[in-house]
Amino acid sequence: MTQRNRTQEGGRIDREAPVSFTFDGKRYQGFAGDTLASALLANDVHLVGRSFKYHRPRGIVTAGSEEPNALVGVARSQARHLSGEATPNLRATQVEIHDGLAAESQNRWPSLSFDIGAVNDKLSPLFVAGFYYKTFMWPKSFWNKVYEPFIRSAAGLGRAPKKPDTDTYANTYAHCDVLVAGSGPAGLAAALAAARSGARVILADEQAEFGGSLLHERGAEIDGKPASDWLAGALAELGDNPRVTLLPRTTVFGYFNHNFLALAERVTDHLAKPDPERPRERMWQVRAKQVVIASGAIERPLVFPENDRPGVMMAEAGRIYANRYGVLPGKRIAVATACDSAWRAAFDIAEAGGAIAVIADLRADPPADLVARAAALGVRVERGCAVTGVIGKTRVKRVLLGRISDAGVLSAGEVDVDCLLMSGGWTPNVSLHSQARGKLDWQADKGAFLPGDPVQAQGSAGSCRGVDGLAEVLADGARAGVAAATAVGHEGDTPEFAATGGEAGDGWWLGAVPHDRDAARVRAFVDFQNDVTAKDVKLAVREGMQSIEHIKRYTTTGMATDQGRLSNMNALSIASGALGNEIPQVGLTTFRQPYTPVTFGTLATTSRGDLFDPVRKTPIHDWAAKQGAAFEDVALWKRAWYFPKGGEDMHDAVARECRTVRESVGLFDATTLGKIEIVGPDAAEFLNRIYTNPWTKLGVGKLRYGLMLNEAGFIMDDGVVGRLAEDRFHVTTTTGGAPRVLAHMEDYLQTEWSDLDVWLTSTTEQWAVIAVQGPKAREAIAPLVDDIDLSGDAFPHMSVREGHVMGGIPCRLFRMSFTGEAGYEINVPPSRARAIWEAVWANVEKLGGCAYGTETMHVLRAEKGYIIVGQETDGTVTPDDVGMTWAIGKKKPDFVGKRSLARPDLVAEGRKQMVGLLTKDGKTLLEEGAQVTVERSPARGTSALGHVTSSYRSPAAGRPIALAMIAGGRARIGETLHVPMPDGGIAVEVVRPVFVDPEGTRLNV
Amino acid sequence: MTRFSFWELARKAVNAHQDWGHQWRKPDPKPEYDVIIIGAGGHGLATAYYLAKEHGVTNVAVLEKGWLGGGNTGRNTTIVRSNYLWEESEGLYDQAMDLWQDLSQELNYNIMYSARGVMMLAHTVHDVQVFKRHVHANRLAGVQNEWLTPEEAKAYCPPLNIGKNIRYPVMGAALQRKAGVARHDAVAWGYARGADQYGVDIIQNCAVTGIRRAADGSVSGVETSRGFIGAKKVGVVAAGHTSVVMDMAGVRMPLESNPLQALVSEPVKPCFPCVVMSNTVHAYLSQSDKGELVIGAGTDQYVSYSQTGGLQITTHTVDAICELFPMFRRMRMLRNWGGIVDVTPDRSPIIGKTPVPGLFVNCGWGTGGFKATPGSGHVFAHTIARDEPHRINAPFTLDRFRTGRLIDEAAAAAVAH
Amino acid sequence: MLLIHCPWCGIERPEIEFRCGGEAHIDRPGQPGDLDDRQWADFLYMRSNPKGLLAERWRHVHGCGRFFNAVRHTVSDSFVCVYKTGEPCPDLEALAREGAQ
Repeated sequence: MTQRNRTQEGGRIDREAPVSFTFDGKRYQGFAGDTLASALLANDVHLVGRSFKYHRPRGIVTAGSEEPNALVGVARSQARHLSGEATPNLRATQVEIHDGLAAESQNRWPSLSFDIGAVNDKLSPLFVAGFYYKTFMWPKSFWNKVYEPFIRSAAGLGRAPKKPDTDTYANTYAHCDVLVAGSGPAGLAAALAAARSGARVILADEQAEFGGSLLHERGAEIDGKPASDWLAGALAELGDNPRVTLLPRTTVFGYFNHNFLALAERVTDHLAKPDPERPRERMWQVRAKQVVIASGAIERPLVFPENDRPGVMMAEAGRIYANRYGVLPGKRIAVATACDSAWRAAFDIAEAGGAIAVIADLRADPPADLVARAAALGVRVERGCAVTGVIGKTRVKRVLLGRISDAGVLSAGEVDVDCLLMSGGWTPNVSLHSQARGKLDWQADKGAFLPGDPVQAQGSAGSCRGVDGLAEVLADGARAGVAAATAVGHEGDTPEFAATGGEAGDGWWLGAVPHDRDAARVRAFVDFQNDVTAKDVKLAVREGMQSIEHIKRYTTTGMATDQGRLSNMNALSIASGALGNEIPQVGLTTFRQPYTPVTFGTLATTSRGDLFDPVRKTPIHDWAAKQGAAFEDVALWKRAWYFPKGGEDMHDAVARECRTVRESVGLFDATTLGKIEIVGPDAAEFLNRIYTNPWTKLGVGKLRYGLMLNEAGFIMDDGVVGRLAEDRFHVTTTTGGAPRVLAHMEDYLQTEWSDLDVWLTSTTEQWAVIAVQGPKAREAIAPLVDDIDLSGDAFPHMSVREGHVMGGIPCRLFRMSFTGEAGYEINVPPSRARAIWEAVWANVEKLGGCAYGTETMHVLRAEKGYIIVGQETDGTVTPDDVGMTWAIGKKKPDFVGKRSLARPDLVAEGRKQMVGLLTKDGKTLLEEGAQVTVERSPARGTSALGHVTSSYRSPAAGRPIALAMIAGGRARIGETLHVPMPDGGIAVEVVRPVFVDPEGTRLNV
Repeated sequence: MTRFSFWELARKAVNAHQDWGHQWRKPDPKPEYDVIIIGAGGHGLATAYYLAKEHGVTNVAVLEKGWLGGGNTGRNTTIVRSNYLWEESEGLYDQAMDLWQDLSQELNYNIMYSARGVMMLAHTVHDVQVFKRHVHANRLAGVQNEWLTPEEAKAYCPPLNIGKNIRYPVMGAALQRKAGVARHDAVAWGYARGADQYGVDIIQNCAVTGIRRAADGSVSGVETSRGFIGAKKVGVVAAGHTSVVMDMAGVRMPLESNPLQALVSEPVKPCFPCVVMSNTVHAYLSQSDKGELVIGAGTDQYVSYSQTGGLQITTHTVDAICELFPMFRRMRMLRNWGGIVDVTPDRSPIIGKTPVPGLFVNCGWGTGGFKATPGSGHVFAHTIARDEPHRINAPFTLDRFRTGRLIDEAAAAAVAH
Repeated sequence: MLLIHCPWCGIERPEIEFRCGGEAHIDRPGQPGDLDDRQWADFLYMRSNPKGLLAERWRHVHGCGRFFNAVRHTVSDSFVCVYKTGEPCPDLEALAREGAQ
């Protein structure tokens, strides 16, 4: 339980609040405020994971979200870990510890210290970049059975959770004047400046605490105060401003078109016992008028042999652990650098109690003040000196030094250490700028890409645009904050911040570091996680890969979970050297969202179960559910499918429902059909143009079946249309087609036929529809109808009347049928529908009737040969194909789709036509979708004549019936064809597609 | 050119892999070629490969404005299947399916074709009808496809949620077992290396800026950023940029280019054994050899060449993934990107001759072109070499939009009633 | 997600309130029967699909419900202007020249 690398004092951790957690089952202690990484380092644990390809032992490299190595599986408790609920691949550098937290290392078996997969490292001379493209091809059958399973099991990092996630996620939309991404000195200054001018500001930072580098800046002062005090004051000011929203633990992960940004907030993962009402994470979708990107810079590793050993760490990370967390990364530390900032890290660590064994600077002439300070601290300094290797497999034991001279690199001995800090300088973090599609400018003198002109309403501030030094960064942030606020109409002075300390760090190095080792044997890693070495990058170039995109894909450099944040610039530099091209010519891979990985649950937010898609229910739904109905999904609607009674299966229930409707009466909920009210002096003309049918002469009070084509001439929708007045039509559509049909109508009305005076209104939600069908339908509704003469003469088939039911409830009563029986559809206000339905139901029950669902509706209409759009038709079917030329107004000069009907293929011989099919044995039920051929056992590759579109057991016909689309079908009536099935062909007779009451006499009772 | 094998790899390892040569040359353009292919994606490179190999046409240049394989070839979710509905499509995609099976050996380049099976989920009665129709049609055509109950689907893909507690419960699935995924970059590189071996010049960073036509209207060559290059035959295989290129020859196309997005998760150990597609809830999911969950999202509604899309398109797909596979809710999106897909009115490609003599086009693959790469190249090479379409691509003409003989796979799945 | 200005409502709203209606100014022929198959196919299917400025139709479907036209750059996705249905198509080449300056 000792924290042997913890300093005696300092840091922002709460030494009064010990926290107990486990790593690989072993219990450790840290303090509140620790990350998992800092707590493990406090316990002198560097080895935390295995790399992707070679399974090499790896340690903590960074202190931030760019961490490539320290990826662990994390669960709130050991119990959740064991039950398969751990989250894989979390960065230990980002995970805040809490009591009970259980973390496990990944990609190792059986244990982290002894991993069978490490055999890959022994095979690394073979397993170079792209090796898998060149082998595993023989014998062919081994690929799927042997090679691929082997490759797959070796790859991957953590394990996916096994159990469904029980946590919840939330979503928030927000608007602001200025979104500031990053709360380091630049971001804070920008937020302060913008907020003081009155702008609405959102300040987001991926870390638990705001402040960025100020959280570990020792000795710096701002406005005469220690940086940490100034930080507290700044945050208090922002926190007190009601127009400022502070979002810690929130990553701005995506920068989309038109200043739309997505943020992921981690709400409860850091808490030991979170409120179960709170979400685990929350997505913020923000439309910002202006964005200030203050995302800082990322320190770059040096590429030298064995630079991946546990204990090798970024210099600034070492400084952060020492200053912010009170943890020494090692007892005896070497520093390899080409940059001033690593010197300051060394000094801070020395002051915190760490022993600096050597500072080896690649530069021949590092700044004199740094050298002098090192001398004062008694630190050995090597100039023009590289680290050329690291001894120690699971932890640094020794580093090799080499002096760089014109003659090459000469050994400069070894140094015993347990930690090596490195710095190749800083890479400005231009990811968000680039996501916003801003171009990048290469600055050869800085060895960096910097943001070019912004494309969206955005600016960058601070070290992400190459500005160095605390005072300069604060000033740049203030400038950017005021500029953003001004751009959205706020006025304010640019605040001035007086800062000392936090000096700019000069010096940088790109690409591989020279060494005196056997180049064929040693490996210097560019991409740690994916095990890409400098040699791999050179090999890719040797094999003809010229673009950085090719090199990336061939070697996988930059494709690990840090998305190349540490590796890209080094890889690019090495490639550029191998190609003999300047860096900008080799190109930079595109930065893509997300900035860091985002939980799927956070993206899905609340969209699960019934919230995945809206559920539409009719006013009759609950009644049907109480009756035990089974439901089917049709578009967004739940529709009653069938009403099983006393243990009936679907088949028995449907057979009973069908018989009952034809013998007495059935009740059907047709509410889901789309309804559109078409009103205006030109309403009939509008319908003339939209539907195939003629409408001018349709009398008031009459109904007509309408057929609608798309402009390509194919059936798009259908429905019954009633004329309520000269200038008013009530149109019905299919359930799924309603939105599409209205959009189609609006499109033509608004953009093509502005000459027409017509209004379209969706009335789907205004009318519930109770269909009453069967020979006793009139009896069933008559007692309820107040003021409509229901007699056959006064109210014949295909008529509509407006009136009232049940003592004054307004209704539109349609006399129509989709069953072949006499029937009515009672359109009533949805608020009254349930009561009316129950009243009709009482009568229906008395008459021996039943309620029926969509399946029975389908059977009854198929018995009559009525089509269902989407079942008989599939977007390739014309009116003639389904025998509906009668629905085309021959005298109309034009309607939507008319011209297309004259196209060569739409008038060609041999098109598929709708027919009926009866199985010869009278018993076999065909499968819907089954193919139809001439031959009983067609040879493989035989062209089908067509397919079965609908197939049901027909109680009325006393046998199974089917509808089918068959090439030249109408001329084949009487022929015997076959439906080939796996167990043999089924002989069928082609018949007219009507099986009940061909004359339609039952409609007119 | 070195033949790839384990032994060659071991031999080269002795000298630390210093002896590998270029997989393809970096040639300067010649003044004239017999055939110019515009676009070095998988389809264009495969066309060049088969022109050389099957038809002996080796004086070929493939011109690429960026880097080879950098368009949709390197951006797609690599699903390969052939269980399409219409006979024309079955013929096209199943020929490609046959070529996939031996493509690694054919190219001597491991394109890692993984026959993991592609399962398409049905969530409504209508879906069931549509997919069963596919299964029956495919069986007659000799195209592998079978129907699974929800329980069978779960057995094939254990993470699948077949419970009734989701908005659109799974009602069954159509499974093509020999379908699967392949390594997309390797397909482009394998064809590039193969074509190069036959003497085809692959010229990268060479943008076509114009198509020159002779007095008789036929093609005489192309203007490029590296000067004029002559050719009597030009094949345009420019995917999302086809309209732009064809416009240079004065040919309007029935195409619109839309952003299509995809994403991957962080890598995890093998947890997902096959490919699952659901059109109804918009989810396409597989796991790559690296362990990433590879997820296909939808297209944006507007024309764009930006290679980016809206967040709402991505989240909609992730919604569906979490609904069908609730254990993946804690997984994390690592990378999200976009491509530009060229979409025809009937969602089927156009492969064949154009009104301009000597100008050929292969385009309109929409969201599903990767799976056809070998077959597409094969029939397009035939079309260019013989000046007439192969039997398989004969129906996929530009003229079908005049006659109305569309090959509408999308309409066949339309939802109504 | 795009931010779109509806000229009827006079406000900017997110893209999810709108439906894109494809290329604008493709007028339906007054007498379709007078067109031959080729001309009719051109009307039905041929689109300019430019890499650059495109005049396209949008409908504020979850707002005022009305169609309008917009000129948008298909590479940057930025809108250059919006105008009401029935108004003439702006000079796209002139707009492109302005944008380039």
